[in-house]
Amino acid sequence: MTQQAPAPERLGPEHLIIFDNVSKFYGEILGVNRINLTIEPGITSLVGPNGSGKTTLMNLMTGLIQPTRGRVSILGITPGDPQALFRRLGYCGQFDSFPKGMTGYEFVNAFLGVHGYSRKEADERTWRAIERVDLVEAAHRKVAGYSKGMRQRIRLAQSIAHEPEVMILDEPLNGLDPMARAETMRLFRQLAKEGLHLIISSHILHEVDMMSDRVVLINNGYILAEGGVQGVRDEMEEHPMQIMIRCDRPQEFAARVFASDNVVEAQLHADKQGLFVKTRNAEAFYLLLNRVVIESGMNIETVAPVDDDLNAVYHYLIGSNGGGQA
Amino acid sequence: MSTMIGQRTVERTVSRTDWGLWLRQIRAIMRIEITKNFWGRRALLIYLLAAVPVILMFLLVMVHPEGGKDISRNWASAQEVFGYIYEYLILQTIVFFGCAWIFMNLFRGELVDKSLHYYFLCPLRREVLVAGKYLSGLLASGLLFSLSTIGSLVLLYYARGYPANVNFLFDGPGIWQVFDYIGITLLGCLGYGAVFLFIGLFFRNPIIPALLVYGWEWLNFLLPPVLKKISIVHYLHTLAPVPMSEGPFATVVAPTSPFISIPSMILFTAAVIVFAGIRIRKMEISYGGE
Repeated sequence: MTQQAPAPERLGPEHLIIFDNVSKFYGEILGVNRINLTIEPGITSLVGPNGSGKTTLMNLMTGLIQPTRGRVSILGITPGDPQALFRRLGYCGQFDSFPKGMTGYEFVNAFLGVHGYSRKEADERTWRAIERVDLVEAAHRKVAGYSKGMRQRIRLAQSIAHEPEVMILDEPLNGLDPMARAETMRLFRQLAKEGLHLIISSHILHEVDMMSDRVVLINNGYILAEGGVQGVRDEMEEHPMQIMIRCDRPQEFAARVFASDNVVEAQLHADKQGLFVKTRNAEAFYLLLNRVVIESGMNIETVAPVDDDLNAVYHYLIGSNGGGQA
Repeated sequence: MSTMIGQRTVERTVSRTDWGLWLRQIRAIMRIEITKNFWGRRALLIYLLAAVPVILMFLLVMVHPEGGKDISRNWASAQEVFGYIYEYLILQTIVFFGCAWIFMNLFRGELVDKSLHYYFLCPLRREVLVAGKYLSGLLASGLLFSLSTIGSLVLLYYARGYPANVNFLFDGPGIWQVFDYIGITLLGCLGYGAVFLFIGLFFRNPIIPALLVYGWEWLNFLLPPVLKKISIVHYLHTLAPVPMSEGPFATVVAPTSPFISIPSMILFTAAVIVFAGIRIRKMEISYGGE
């Protein structure tokens, strides 16, 4: 976590972001389910494939949507109190849309006016934010004429202009060129050093690896793993994978595979026509399975991963180092 | 890692009722809305709509060979004809559709453009947002349609010829008629604005409810007395400076006094805005569904 931050166990709710048994359903469609999560200061990345629930979590934090069940608290404030919350929270969403006809400067400045700042203070804050994202030269050009990366940066400027304590950033590196990416990550690290909470969503674990203090891995609306980046990696790698095998001699098969170090558990089906195997190394297990079949002449009817989901997500995330799809 | 949310409250940086802050925020919202909605290309249609009665009066007075002379000769009936033009063309069509366009776009347009969340992410009470947006619409529509009304009246008075028109305007009832028409226009913007703001906020397809309101307002003269009073045009009609018949099929209702009409309109508007303010607190942004 951040150097200046007090020890997490001593932090009260006024320093934390807390999801307390939060669920969100869109009609009958699950957004997120039974989320219990406490986020401390520093950079926390929400990682998961597209549609996994990252944006839903972020929108719940900002009150753009409301939980079907449970409560969300940001530094002790509920999202139902925008007057208090948005003095301390900035959100850079992923919608690449802007109020029509504005220049970059007007865009940042206008919403500082809505915050209630005087014109002089709004002007000062606008320039400070625009300088931080390195858009001074383009500040008086229309946003509609910006490149995608510039639009991303001006949105970032708008979300940091009031100097919030919590920043929520939905895919903030999308559309940035490598230079801008590196510069933006440096800015995030700087903000985290200043004691901010940064909640960043990404579907690229490699990217997250480089800047996060902590990772929350989410898929299909559920949190799969959370903690330090290396811890999550280890957790994912060490998580035993369960495979179902339907065959004619499951007991013999169990005895053979148990000799392997990779198999941690084998459980026979009630009908004695198959078994569940838990392994820490699926690839090694499949090689073993081939060998057993060749050597014993066993009839295998079905081989199917039972909880492939977790692994699939992990491989999706690290697959293109990275990345899933950008 | 479950943690129960503490009941401890944090110190607020903003007092619960900070009128000074709200006024600054409303001013900022109005600046954004006026710049965005009334200086851009989207506003062109509204300007054209507001110009229609002026163009029509211009054609009648300046281009029609007998138009100007007829007005001058039959001044009393010219005023009555203008009263009908005002009520059916300006008020029930131009102001109605103009307000529909302006006020429904205040929220619906932002949902379509996917930019409403910028407001929702400000330290701003949503009721204040409703008030700011409504006032910006009211300012724009009131100014535009008042100018349209004034332009039409100027052409009407011009046709009467000098010095009769100047005498009528400053020594007769003319100036009060002008004020009356402007007042009715402003009240129309006030009432229709509130209705359309509400429709734009809470109906995904606002065209159908807007057309239902249009039908209700146009058929108002046929409605039984009780229902007649549940409309905007009824109160505006009773304020007309030149008495007008609603036709042979109209149900007869005693005119409502201006001392009841005007406060009723204001109260109605306030009620709709308050209701919209309450409803918007629970509003969620889901652009995907727009």
